[in-house]
Amino acid sequence: MRIIVCIKQVPDTSQVRIDPKKGTLIRQGVPSIINPEDKHALEEALRIKERCQGEVTVVTMGPPQAEKALREALAMGGDRAVLLTDRAFAGSDTHATAQVLAAAVRKIRDWDLVLCGRQAIDGDTAQVGPQLAEYLGVPQVTYACKLHLEDGCLVAERALEDGFEKVKTRLPALVTVTEEINSPRYPSIRGIVQAVKMEIITWNSRDLGIEQGQAGLDGSPTKVNKTYTPKPRGEGEVIPGSPGEAARALLARLRERKVI
Amino acid sequence: MAIKIISEACTGCGECLEVCPFPGAVRMVNEKAQLTDECTSCGACRDACGFEAILFDGDVERVEREDLSRYRGVWVYAEQDHGSLLPVSLELIGKGRELADNLGQELSVVLLGSGLQAVVDELSHYDIDRLYVADDPVLTSYRSEAYAGVMADLIQEERPNIILLGATANGRDLAPRVAARVKTGLTADCTGLEIEAGSGLLLQTRPAFGGNIMATIVCPNHRPQMATVRPGVLPRTGPNAVARDVDLVRIPCKVTESGLPTRFIQVVESVSKRVNLPEAKVIVAGGRGLGDAKGFALLKELADALGGEVGASRAAVDAGWIGKEHQVGQTGTTVAPKLYIACGISGAVQHLAGMQGSDVVVAINSDPEAPIFDVCTYGIVGDLYQVVPAFLAKLKENKQQQAVS
Repeated sequence: MRIIVCIKQVPDTSQVRIDPKKGTLIRQGVPSIINPEDKHALEEALRIKERCQGEVTVVTMGPPQAEKALREALAMGGDRAVLLTDRAFAGSDTHATAQVLAAAVRKIRDWDLVLCGRQAIDGDTAQVGPQLAEYLGVPQVTYACKLHLEDGCLVAERALEDGFEKVKTRLPALVTVTEEINSPRYPSIRGIVQAVKMEIITWNSRDLGIEQGQAGLDGSPTKVNKTYTPKPRGEGEVIPGSPGEAARALLARLRERKVI
Repeated sequence: MAIKIISEACTGCGECLEVCPFPGAVRMVNEKAQLTDECTSCGACRDACGFEAILFDGDVERVEREDLSRYRGVWVYAEQDHGSLLPVSLELIGKGRELADNLGQELSVVLLGSGLQAVVDELSHYDIDRLYVADDPVLTSYRSEAYAGVMADLIQEERPNIILLGATANGRDLAPRVAARVKTGLTADCTGLEIEAGSGLLLQTRPAFGGNIMATIVCPNHRPQMATVRPGVLPRTGPNAVARDVDLVRIPCKVTESGLPTRFIQVVESVSKRVNLPEAKVIVAGGRGLGDAKGFALLKELADALGGEVGASRAAVDAGWIGKEHQVGQTGTTVAPKLYIACGISGAVQHLAGMQGSDVVVAINSDPEAPIFDVCTYGIVGDLYQVVPAFLAKLKENKQQQAVS
């Protein structure tokens, strides 16, 4: 089983605090991590490899610093790491990102399964997985919380709003996973030592045959028109008194606003 | 980035010569502008040209592409689950109507599935101009490839200007597949949509970075303009008493069972009660402050009394007190109920990201410094095991009074 795992390096939002006065993010000193759900995708790939052999290639698109995420993935047990980096990729929306990833997957050529996290914590779009599946022309299974292979097919449980749904699809395929699927391992000391020495394959737009206007801002159909910080709620009334008094006052206010 | 002059469009007006900051970079040859090696591609002439005769490489593609104005009409994808229409579909119809009227274009609804007559009848009571229906056994259960195939074919044939889909699990599975196939842009999980005056572009507003930043996204050069819309944010539109004369278009389903890679095996129900957080009007959520799993029984009692669902922070789920399907937040479910009551939840950024769209937030926490108090509408600093029972008692009292009067 030859598996490609797509990961994204993201700011660790659990370390982001909000400036209470300005209501803006304090990004300073926020470390970069592997997007949590992507780590679960990698873990799942490693488990499949351990069960039925094969090879796990980890791919990321990002600035040169994204190498750190790839080293961590190698330390966890990835066999190969590919960094897709080029200034021409900067500012890519999900469409353009999926185009670049698709070019890389095609260049890797021999593969049976692409695994991705459901969505990244900095964008929350969950779009790159399905878009990549479409560009590769393979079936997609999104939000997998259980996954196994039988008779050359893939059987997965998808976590939906109100329950789970079991589907079966043929390979090659693309699967996006949720955090429920597994608990990612910690890299071993040996893994960390080995990962330092391993080669990181680096591909730019020329290597991938990506033409000008296909990636980055120019290759992105969607453009950010403006960004703003949402207005703080501003009301934030603290209701004083004993539990009984506070409960009565709260009930009155909620009735007044007709929310109950 | 290279700059090009489109000879046919150039009128020789000389405006580019005027604004060019680099001597000799532009010259006039036979009343047409020409660029020389001195050009730095700064773009000053491009911005000054009144005839769109000077373009960046990326712009050329835009001009060469088909005229965007040929794409007309607003579409709403009406998601249904085995014959029942999802509430978000009705929210989208309301918004779709507004956008269509604003543009002076038609509103169409696209319905895919099997055995849909009842849903067709139901939809004819809404304010829509056209209803596209693909009713075929192959579409009985949602499958990406089947649904995307039908949608993409229809889009390529009918060329809509705007398509809205609910940002449900399956809506967010379908939309990117379709957008990729028809090669257009897609904005995820929008909470606001409007038409920009003048340009007629769809302004798509969505929370980014865990809801701490709002971003307005446009798709200027590709059609259709596609967006998924967060359920529960837009007001739901109501049915008309009398059915409208809706233009019903039955679309053939070219997808065949043998041509599909995916088999649908079964629906596996969650062991616990089905919880539908995105559609809930009231959510009573608990966090680490509950102390143990038993606390959720109290919250359940309150949720039931208010006709709502029980939510949880990640801390409570990780502690094993309640199932993951109850988790609200960035890695769980994003919710936007009318009323969100956070009990013993401190308010980590990821949790806030999942519930900040709520209309009214009540925070009950013993720690007055908890960040949840920064985003709440009403806060009570106190022991939730005292406040919640007291609130429940008042609620019951109040109900009895109402019943008597």
